[in-house]
Amino acid sequence: MTMPLMRPKRKNPVLRTPQINLPPGSRGRVALGLTAAAAQGRFALQTCEDCGAVQYPPREACHRCLSPRLRWREQSGAGRLLATTTLHHSNDLYFRERLPWRLGMVQLDAGPSVMAHLHGAVGDDAQRVRLGARLDRAGQAVLIAFPIEDEAHMADDPMLREMTSDPKFRKVLVTDGKTAVGQALVKALVKAGADIVWTGHAEPWKKLPGMDELARLPQVSLVPLDVTNGRSVTELAGEIGGKVDIVINNAEVHRGFGIAARRGTDVARAEMDVNYLGLLRLAQEFGPPLKGRAADGVTHASAWVNLLSIYALSNFPPHGTFSASKAAAYSLAQCLRAEMRPAGIRVINVFPGPIDEEWNQQLPPPKLAPAALANAVVKALRDGVEDVYPGDVAQEWLERWRDDPKVLERELALNGG
Amino acid sequence: MAHPSLRRGYEGVAVAVPVTVPYRRYATEGAHWFLGQAVKALVESSGIDKADIDGLAVSSFSLVPDTAVGVTQHLGLSPRWLDHLPTGGASGVMALRRAARAVQAGDANVVACVAADTNHVDSFRQTLGGFSQFARDATYPYGSGGPNSVFAMISAHYMRTFGAKREDFGRIAVSQRANALMNPNALFKKPLTLDEYMAAKAISEPLHLFDCVMPCAGADAFLVMSEARARDLGLPYAQVRGAIERHNAYADDPIMVRGGWRMDREDLYAMAGVRPDAIDFIQTYDDYPVVVMMHFEDLGFCDKGEGPAFVREKRLTWDGDFPNNTSGGQLSVGQAGAAGGFLGMVEALRQLTGAAGERSVPNAATGLVCGFGMVTYDRCLCTGAVILGAPT
Repeated sequence: MTMPLMRPKRKNPVLRTPQINLPPGSRGRVALGLTAAAAQGRFALQTCEDCGAVQYPPREACHRCLSPRLRWREQSGAGRLLATTTLHHSNDLYFRERLPWRLGMVQLDAGPSVMAHLHGAVGDDAQRVRLGARLDRAGQAVLIAFPIEDEAHMADDPMLREMTSDPKFRKVLVTDGKTAVGQALVKALVKAGADIVWTGHAEPWKKLPGMDELARLPQVSLVPLDVTNGRSVTELAGEIGGKVDIVINNAEVHRGFGIAARRGTDVARAEMDVNYLGLLRLAQEFGPPLKGRAADGVTHASAWVNLLSIYALSNFPPHGTFSASKAAAYSLAQCLRAEMRPAGIRVINVFPGPIDEEWNQQLPPPKLAPAALANAVVKALRDGVEDVYPGDVAQEWLERWRDDPKVLERELALNGG
Repeated sequence: MAHPSLRRGYEGVAVAVPVTVPYRRYATEGAHWFLGQAVKALVESSGIDKADIDGLAVSSFSLVPDTAVGVTQHLGLSPRWLDHLPTGGASGVMALRRAARAVQAGDANVVACVAADTNHVDSFRQTLGGFSQFARDATYPYGSGGPNSVFAMISAHYMRTFGAKREDFGRIAVSQRANALMNPNALFKKPLTLDEYMAAKAISEPLHLFDCVMPCAGADAFLVMSEARARDLGLPYAQVRGAIERHNAYADDPIMVRGGWRMDREDLYAMAGVRPDAIDFIQTYDDYPVVVMMHFEDLGFCDKGEGPAFVREKRLTWDGDFPNNTSGGQLSVGQAGAAGGFLGMVEALRQLTGAAGERSVPNAATGLVCGFGMVTYDRCLCTGAVILGAPT
């Protein structure tokens, strides 16, 4: 049984903010297969294509038949807890600061025995457990043994909360509150127990639909933020940057058309200014304070979310310049992820297909409802994943892109998707 | 499993000149310093000219990035037979087996088997994370407890399966401490009571402080040559009656409950022409007490699961009815890295050549030395054992 997390006391401003130490993050190239799957919320193990053996730790040959044809396949994680230990001593600073720490040895039904972190709801007795993969604070996959049945407040387990970015009691910045997606995000975060949701408002003098409703929520605070204006970003970061635990950058400009249907570069420049340079401005101002608070108690700074687009993977010609700006933002987001990882801050990239909003009016369904997108973001924070492809269209494009990016490019060029 | 008759014996081989470079908790010198002093001690104790050492087997972790060949240049040796044994706790038995065959085959006349490691203030921590690919990928990121956490779970599982109690493990640790008090090289100088053992702080439950070895710096070494050569030089020596090794045994056991000795023990006793009851003392690889218990079971002194009852019945001190780790073992002498794999070997040689001083096992003629090493993932992979006897 997991004790529900209580609202933490206000921070004593006199005390030093502890600095982050990361758990050991070194992995061999082969072992990164576990991380790649976990980053997308899956638990996969190496499986031999020739004899079917499932193996762990990852190897470069099948330990049974020596085949080099090894593939990462999703696992149920069902297994049996063989033994546990509680560490009271560790050689690593990260764990030393978090002792006592529990571990277990689990024999998977699929075959291998694995060492795993233990969720607090799993006791020391021999029992059935469900193994899952999560990214730890170093951004590398680790295995965790969960109880077979979910129970209340599981996300509040201190070990799990340490690895994920549950919005509960956290302070969140949503960079644009005027769009349907922005408003859905704010509501979903409030529902998820966020302490404060600062909601960006580029042109506060304009009366926009839905903003009054948001402003009436006690957790919501509207703040002026224009991501195309460096001074605006700097001023807001000076005010709240030292308190934000999660940044969600959903500010975007989205117009239709590719190259030939429009003259000049004004629209493309506006898309780049918000979708790409906006991220850069935000990251320069809000990144450093976020990194400085990565070990600041149970509501430590934890995540940065980018609203990208499935078009970032492969250009969608009917929305060609928008796709290009999202591809640029995706590339920068990878850079941001590399820079934030040493501080233990997770960068989550969200790749939705067409969202059901005004600039996709002409696209046929299925289209992703803003509320569904918002729920996917909250789930990604809770599960601690890195890459999210919410909705059927995004999932299908992802599958085609993984299968063969060149074929997808040709299909998109021929029939627009 | 190989048929006993297919194994050639180790007739004509002498194991001699056990030397120890005194253990220290920490050292600023490197592994090469300890290797050098160990070879110097071999030369001085044996009277053999350094140039006559024509075989060298080296075991060391802190030697990196060097291997055994780098040691030849460092120490000015020019052997015609060379082996590097990065197998820690099993390296003593393994070095002896290889050296004995080299001497039998005439590939070398005098083989120096040397294990040495230094221990700087932070070197143990630095060794752990990079100990093996599997450790880096699949155990060190889980609490970074090193082998403690692996053997804590093996101990917990053993306790639950076979009913062992902490007190049973405590009997092993307490007896070894009594032995260590007679060994001037042991780093632990104070008596240990069972109450103190039980009251020690938890390290990785169910393991507590006195279940764990203390890393230190030091070296152990011995020489392997023909019996004729040993007699010519007037060196006291022991004969090799039988020897086995096995790696990655019982890989399908989901968690370790038995060691590889079990697979080959019939060969071992058949080669030596003895049964377990003829063994006068045993030097187990005591990285954790549960492993000592597994030695007793898997080498045939009692059945699987009877280890706890066995240690309750037997007196394990040097003067007891089942002397185990008469030097004090790693639990009470210290673990000088790879030298931990040689500790039992040099102690057995001292017992069999009348050099064990006041901790001499009365009338010791046959001893069993065991090796156990390399926790690359969830268990130790290497096991080995050798039966040594006083010359007949």
